[in-house]
Amino acid sequence: MHFSRKNLGIPYAVFLAVFVVAPLVVLLFYAFTNGQGQFTMENLTGFFTDPNALGTLFYSLLIAVVTTAVCLLIAYPTAYLLATSKLKNRTVIVMLFVMPMWINFSLRITALKEILTILEGNLAMHPFLNAVIGMTYDFLPFMILPIYTTISKLDGALREAAMDLGADRTRTFLEITLPLSLPGILSGVSMVFLPAMTNYVVLDMLYNSTYIMGSLIGSYFAAYNWHGGSMIALVLLCMICIFTLLTGGEDETARGGALL
Amino acid sequence: MDRTENIIELKNITKIFDDDGFTAVDNFNLEVKRGEFVTFLGPSGCGKTTTLRMIAGFDVPTSGDILLNGKSIIGLPPYKRPINTVFQRYALFPHMNIYNNIAFGLRQKKTPEEEIRRRVRKVLDLVDLEGFEGRSVSTLSGGQQQRIAIARALINEPEILLLDEPLGALDLKMRKEMQLELKAMHDKLGITFIYVTHDQEEALTMSDKIVVMNEGKTQQIGTPEDIYNEPATAFVADFIGESNIFSGVMTGKLRARFCGGEFLCVDDFPEGTHITAVVRPEDVEIVPAGTGIISGVVDSVIFKGMHYEITVLSGRNEMVIQTVNSARPGDRVGLRVDPENIHIIQAEDHTNSFPVDINSAHRLEYNGHTLDTSLTRIIKGSKRLENGSILDANGEVIDPARIRIQASIQPEDIEMTDDQDAGLVQGTISNLIYLGDHYSYVIHTELEQDFVVYDEDLWNMDDRVSLLMPVEKMTFTLRKK
Amino acid sequence: MKRSLRGLFLVLVLLILYLPILILVVYSFTTSTQIGAIRGFSLHNYVTLFTTPELRDMITGTLALALGSAVIATVLGTMGAIGAFYSSRRTGAVISTVNQIPVVNADVVTGFSICILLVVVFHISKDSYIPLVAGHVTLCAPFVFLSVMPRIRQMDPSIYEAALDLGATPFDALMQIVIPQIVPGIISGFALAITLSLDDYFIATYTKPAMFDTISTYVVNATKGSQTTIKTALWALSTVIFVIVVLIVIGMNLRSIRQERAEKTGRRLHV
Repeated sequence: MHFSRKNLGIPYAVFLAVFVVAPLVVLLFYAFTNGQGQFTMENLTGFFTDPNALGTLFYSLLIAVVTTAVCLLIAYPTAYLLATSKLKNRTVIVMLFVMPMWINFSLRITALKEILTILEGNLAMHPFLNAVIGMTYDFLPFMILPIYTTISKLDGALREAAMDLGADRTRTFLEITLPLSLPGILSGVSMVFLPAMTNYVVLDMLYNSTYIMGSLIGSYFAAYNWHGGSMIALVLLCMICIFTLLTGGEDETARGGALL
Repeated sequence: MDRTENIIELKNITKIFDDDGFTAVDNFNLEVKRGEFVTFLGPSGCGKTTTLRMIAGFDVPTSGDILLNGKSIIGLPPYKRPINTVFQRYALFPHMNIYNNIAFGLRQKKTPEEEIRRRVRKVLDLVDLEGFEGRSVSTLSGGQQQRIAIARALINEPEILLLDEPLGALDLKMRKEMQLELKAMHDKLGITFIYVTHDQEEALTMSDKIVVMNEGKTQQIGTPEDIYNEPATAFVADFIGESNIFSGVMTGKLRARFCGGEFLCVDDFPEGTHITAVVRPEDVEIVPAGTGIISGVVDSVIFKGMHYEITVLSGRNEMVIQTVNSARPGDRVGLRVDPENIHIIQAEDHTNSFPVDINSAHRLEYNGHTLDTSLTRIIKGSKRLENGSILDANGEVIDPARIRIQASIQPEDIEMTDDQDAGLVQGTISNLIYLGDHYSYVIHTELEQDFVVYDEDLWNMDDRVSLLMPVEKMTFTLRKK
Repeated sequence: MKRSLRGLFLVLVLLILYLPILILVVYSFTTSTQIGAIRGFSLHNYVTLFTTPELRDMITGTLALALGSAVIATVLGTMGAIGAFYSSRRTGAVISTVNQIPVVNADVVTGFSICILLVVVFHISKDSYIPLVAGHVTLCAPFVFLSVMPRIRQMDPSIYEAALDLGATPFDALMQIVIPQIVPGIISGFALAITLSLDDYFIATYTKPAMFDTISTYVVNATKGSQTTIKTALWALSTVIFVIVVLIVIGMNLRSIRQERAEKTGRRLHV
């Protein structure tokens, strides 16, 4: 066959079809069938009538919202201070904030667990608090990085123009810097919110994972209930889709994309 | 309006940046009258934008004071100064529409919305963009963004409008149009404009007063005519318009020696004064060989539409001439200049500088003598290869034809000798003057260059001497062609 | 005063990020089995880490998996990006959109769905490592695609045509002209793939062979257990990884500083 550049894409297109599209089709199929391969809505109605499943959904939403808020509250000032500072070795210092991302999360959570055990004694006493602390600790760099990138790319002349036109520091921040850093905030929120809803292993390690969506899949998986598990996965996927549309899509380079 | 009152005064302003210790502005003084159109003109990095930023309040001077209407504003943050800026790349707020951009300043002052609406309409009318209120910034062309930036500043009725290279991003045609419009706006509104540009033509067209700056220092302050016709320094002469610039010496009352000849002039300096002579290309006349003040050979002729640009080499000197009559390369011609067209400036120092060559072995050479110095020392970061060629800091081979090396040496470092073969170059003493404890000589060399030499001993006029110039006393500067 | 307050805040955040790891680093050199009183200095955790076969296998397995899937992902993703860029607008858009799915999707869902397809539907044994590798390539390749694509977009399209004009075959032009231009994107895509694979937990749990463990799956199970020798050996592992990451970061910074310097001196020459 004659060589053509477009044909290079064929293997990847096939790969995507087999390992991305096909699994989702199978997921959809399993979600709406029962063990005998017959079409059923039972999995769907089962999920939405099971108080346990619904409770898990709301609990994991709550954890995700609080974790995202805490991350944002810490990350925004951090990113702002970093981006507006005149530090000489700014890239090095920013790197310090991003570096934990490259240490295996399970090892970092192990470390955190040791500290929390000292502070709290019995970790089972504060499950919600520990969930938020653990996830904040794990995801914080993912929130700092996109916000930092957005603010440091802001044209300094815009801030100067606002001051030139009579806005003091506070108003310049509220009317110029904050609205213009919104894309970074959104990207950071999507980097934190979605994992916070599904990353049950962080909570697992901190002795509390029963009430989070991801672990629900895990429990069906452990019980070889593919159909129920598929339905949970599908519900999650739908929520992810809605969320992604709301935040205007994830920043493509944000995930682990520091300096790379 | 009182046009004699100073609206803003800059007193001994110096700005040294903390991070790298760079002196951006050095003891800058300026008085601006109410309603004036003042332009800061200079090459990039000359301190003009920094000065503007200090007036706006974005940068704080290291020392010195800025007075607005006689009162110091040094401690005032930008948002409390009745001064507005049109930024280089406009700095329009991308998340606001045109109306909100323009209204921004008035909103900060809590102006009633009704009045804001009226004034936005008025100012949009002024910049010829009626009805643009609802448009977003990204839908505008560069020229339109420019007008919005001006409108956004003007609506606040500032006492001074600062414009930082506002036309830099526009194409030539648009730039010419905006120049005229800005000038008309200035005349109509009566607001004081302080304008920053590196474009000399823009400065000459628009300004009441031009401040020429270089390396953080004021070179000259004056009207466009003054700056063009009577440049105060060699830098100004070089920067404004095209000029032939020569260093020379006064050889008598209204007589100056430069470019290998003795010219009559109208600027009166004492005999022996070291001078810089400026001759505009359009003021040089080509006359038959032998009848001019100096003679030379036509090196190149370029047709420029309105005129020919002719380069004549007279020994090692180069004279650029603009004339409507063509010439042929290789022709021997004479050159003359009317005395009133020669502008003489007292030289800042008496350094002799002269071009040196790079020979085929990549060594420096002057008048056939190899100079015992290393090219790699002159070109930072360069390396010499086995075959003698030189690599620059980026590892690229340096083409000797692309660079020019200028050597400089102080008059006291040159020694004269009778031994004709001992020195680097030979010449005759064409001028001498006693300066109290030493004589200052001008030696006219075979290469048609004049060297200034200090010597304690008395030599005679027209003595033939050879010049001893130690390489270790020379400094070399690199220029790209 | 204001300035020091800013600094204080940043230091505080850094402290939160690093304190747990640093404490583990310190305790990994002691005989302690719990954070608390330090009894004595010891390297026994490091001895355990490098001599216990189970731990060694887990580390080499993780590295081999990361390297292997990163190589496959880089080849596939790069080819995909080139192909998508030169395809018709619609084909390119479809590939880019599908490429985005694993990027935004939760890893739990990706892992679970691949497991169902391969293991439940096609009965491919997890012990064959096929589901695991397929899962990790699915995780990584889209990011390679994303980091290569901008490089292709930035490339001057006429250089490829110039190569053809000068007599190169399309394949030669691709290998000798296009690929060298996008190498930075390929390298950063590869590095990203490695870090993603190393950090993964979910895809591995759903697709890995029962007797195989990555660092993540091993550590998660170990924290549930009560074997203290393993627990403290993992402290040593954290220390080793921390040091490696620090060294890589220092290395990259030195390189960028050197580049900056070279640029500066270059600029000076060009005046």
